[in-house]
Amino acid sequence: MKLTYTPEQQSFRLEVRAWLAANVPKEKLPTYDTKAGFELHREWERKLHQAGYSMVMWPEEYGGRGCDLTDWLIFEEEYYGAGAPGRVNQNGQLLLGSTLLEFGTPAQKAQFLPRMASSDDMWAQAWSEPNAGSDMANISSKALLDCDHYILNGQKTWSTRAIYADWAFGLFRSEVGSKRHHGLSFLMVPLDAEGVTIRPIKALDGEDAFAEIFFDNVKVPVEHRIGDEGKGWHVAMATAGFERGLLLRSPARFQQPVRKLVQLYRDNKASADRDPSIGVAVAKCWSDAEAYALSAYNTVARLNSGAKIGAESSLNKVFWSELDLLIHQTAMNILGATGELLASGSLAQEHAYWLNGFLFAQAGPIYAGSNEIQRNIVAERMLGLPR
Amino acid sequence: MDFTFTEDQLMFREAISRFLMTEAAPEKLREIWETADGRCPELRSSMATQGLTALSIPEADGGLGMGDIAWSLMTQELGYYGIPDSLADTAYVGAGLFSALDDNVAGKSDYLTKICDGELRLAIGHQCSPLVADAHLAEVLLLQHGDEVHLVSRDDIAEVVNQSIDSSRRLSQVTWQPKPETCIASGEVGAKIWHETLNRGALSVAGQLLGLAQRMLDLSVDYSVQRKQFGKAIGSFQAVKHHLADVAGKIEIAKPVLYRAACSLENNHPLADVHVSQARNFCSEAAALAARHGIQIHGAMGYTWEVDLQMFMKRSWAISNTWGDSIFHQARVQDYVLNSDVDLAPSKTFEGA
Repeated sequence: MKLTYTPEQQSFRLEVRAWLAANVPKEKLPTYDTKAGFELHREWERKLHQAGYSMVMWPEEYGGRGCDLTDWLIFEEEYYGAGAPGRVNQNGQLLLGSTLLEFGTPAQKAQFLPRMASSDDMWAQAWSEPNAGSDMANISSKALLDCDHYILNGQKTWSTRAIYADWAFGLFRSEVGSKRHHGLSFLMVPLDAEGVTIRPIKALDGEDAFAEIFFDNVKVPVEHRIGDEGKGWHVAMATAGFERGLLLRSPARFQQPVRKLVQLYRDNKASADRDPSIGVAVAKCWSDAEAYALSAYNTVARLNSGAKIGAESSLNKVFWSELDLLIHQTAMNILGATGELLASGSLAQEHAYWLNGFLFAQAGPIYAGSNEIQRNIVAERMLGLPR
Repeated sequence: MDFTFTEDQLMFREAISRFLMTEAAPEKLREIWETADGRCPELRSSMATQGLTALSIPEADGGLGMGDIAWSLMTQELGYYGIPDSLADTAYVGAGLFSALDDNVAGKSDYLTKICDGELRLAIGHQCSPLVADAHLAEVLLLQHGDEVHLVSRDDIAEVVNQSIDSSRRLSQVTWQPKPETCIASGEVGAKIWHETLNRGALSVAGQLLGLAQRMLDLSVDYSVQRKQFGKAIGSFQAVKHHLADVAGKIEIAKPVLYRAACSLENNHPLADVHVSQARNFCSEAAALAARHGIQIHGAMGYTWEVDLQMFMKRSWAISNTWGDSIFHQARVQDYVLNSDVDLAPSKTFEGA
C-alpha cells in the first residue's frame, strides 16, 4: 500500500489544472435543462473535446486520451475543483459509452463513440416506462424485427433532456410473448426518426429536464442493436452497474460542494453555531465525501488488479445519494431565511447554487434505480438473503 | 495510488483467521472469560506460535517487521473472533511504544523479544482513560505522567480491579508514584510517544470494531435465513433486508478509511491524527449499527445471554470508548474541518495539507 501519485499523474493534474484555469467560462452557463443552455453546454463540450479532455479514459481512436481510471479521478477532481460546467452529455458518454466499449461491434464503436465524445450527438436514456420503473423487467415497448430493421411501438418516460437530444438508447421487447428479462433487445434510436414524439415533463425547478418518448411504428436498422437479439437485459445490467458505480458520480462531484459548504459554514460561523449540530453535519459531510474518494481509489486499485465491481456499486449509489442530501440540507439550514430564493432575485447567485443542488439532491435516491432497489440488490447478491 | 495489500499480508491474515476460527470458538472464550483472571496463557502462547505477536516486532528483535498497515487487517480478525483487546494492546500498541523508545533504554530489546514470543503481559495506562486494562495480570505497566513514560513493575502499583459488562474485560484503577528510575522517556520524546501510542491504540480499536461489525452482520444474516415466521425466512422480508444492507454499507465504506489511516500512521503523514480519528468514527458507526440492527433481527433471542451475538455486541459497546472516546475522535475531525483555514479542494485527498 502506497498512497501517493506518480510524477506522471502529478504532471497530468497540473496540465489539466492549467487548461481549465485558462478555459472555464468566467460566467456560469445557464442550466442545460433549457434549449439555449443545452446548446451552450454542447459548445463547451466541443471545446473540451478539441483539447482532448472530453473522455480522458476512452481510447484515442474514439476521441479519448487513453488514460487509466486513476487519471480519470484526477481529471474529475480538477474539473469539479475548477467549477467547470456540468457534463451535459454524460448519460451518453458515461453510460452508453461504457456499454459500447464493452459490447459494441467495431462498426458501432467507430460510428457512435467519436461523435459522442465531441457531443455532435447528444444522448438520452430510454429505460423507464409508465409501468416499468423500479420493476424494469416489466418493459412492454415493442421492437419487432422486420428483415433488416426493427419496428418500435410504445412509450418511454423520465428521459433526461430527451427533447434536446439527438439519440436515445434503451430496452425494447423484441420477442413476442416473452416475459420479464427475457426477449428484450438493447437499441439505439435516432430521435428525429419518423414516428417519434417527445413530450417534455417539467421537473421540480420548472424546467423541461426530462420527457416522455412515444414510438409509433418507428423504423430502426438492426445495426443499431447492441449485443445479441433478445439479450438486452444482460447488456443493460452492465450499463446500470456503471451508472450506480463510480462513473456517473465521481467523488469530486461531492467533494467540491463540501469544500463550498465548509466555506459557507466558516463565513457564517457565528450564526451557524447557534445550533451545534450544524458543525457536526458539516464535518460529517467532509468525512463522508473523503471516504467516498478513498473508496473510489480503492475500487480502482481492485479493478486494476483484475477484480469486477458487483453489488457494491449499489452501496456506492445509496451512499452518495444520501450524502448529497445531507450536504444540501445542511447548506439550506445555514442559509436560513434566504435559502428559498431563486437566482433571478437581488441576492448573490451563490444562493442558487445551493437551492439547485438541494432540489436535484432530492432526485438522487430515486434515479439510477431507487435506493430501496439498491438495498434489495445488496441484501440478495452480497449477503445472500432469500428473495 | 496503490491501495492493495501484499501477498504476505493477505496470506498471514488468512492463516490467523483459520487458526482463530478453530482455537477461539465462542464457547471456549466464554469459559476463559468466566475464570478469575479472564485470560488463558495457553491460547496466548499458541497465538504467538502462529506469529501474531511477532507481527510488528522489528526483524532485529526476532519479529516480522510489519507495521500499521498489516495490523489493520489483523485487528479485524481479532475483533471478528472476539479476542480480548489486551492482545492487540500488547502485541501492537505496546510493541509500537517499545519500538519508539531510545535504544539506550534498559531492557528495550528484551521486552520486544518477550512480546514477540508471547511471554510478556503488559498493561498501558494512558491519560485518555482513568482505567488500565489487564493491570492485574501485567508483569510491567507503561504509565503516563504528563509527557513522561514510566515503566513500572506490578509490584510497585496498587490496583482495584473492576468488572465490565463485557465479561472478557478487567479494568483497574491504578495508584502509583512516578519515580526518576522508572521514567524511560520524557519531554518532547515522551509527548511524541504518547501521542503516537494514542493514535495506534485508536487505530487498533477501529480495526477490531470493524471486525466485530462484520461478525455481528454474519451472525444476523445466518439468523435471518434460519428463523422462519409467516411461513418463510425473515431474511426474505424487505425491512430485514434493508437493515442488513445498511450494515453492509457501513462496513464497506469504513474499510478504505481504515486502510488510509493505517498508511498515514505508518508513514508519519502530517494529518495522521485526523485520518485515525476519521477511521475510528467510521468503524464505530459500523459496529454500532451492526449491534443495533443485529439485536433487532435476533428479536428476543438477541437480548439473551445464550446467543453469541451478545459477546460481540458488548465488546463493541465497551471498546468504542477506549483509546480516546467517541467525543474525542469526533472533535478531532471537526476541529480540522471547521476551525482550520485549509482549502478542502477535491484534489487534496492524498495531500499533506
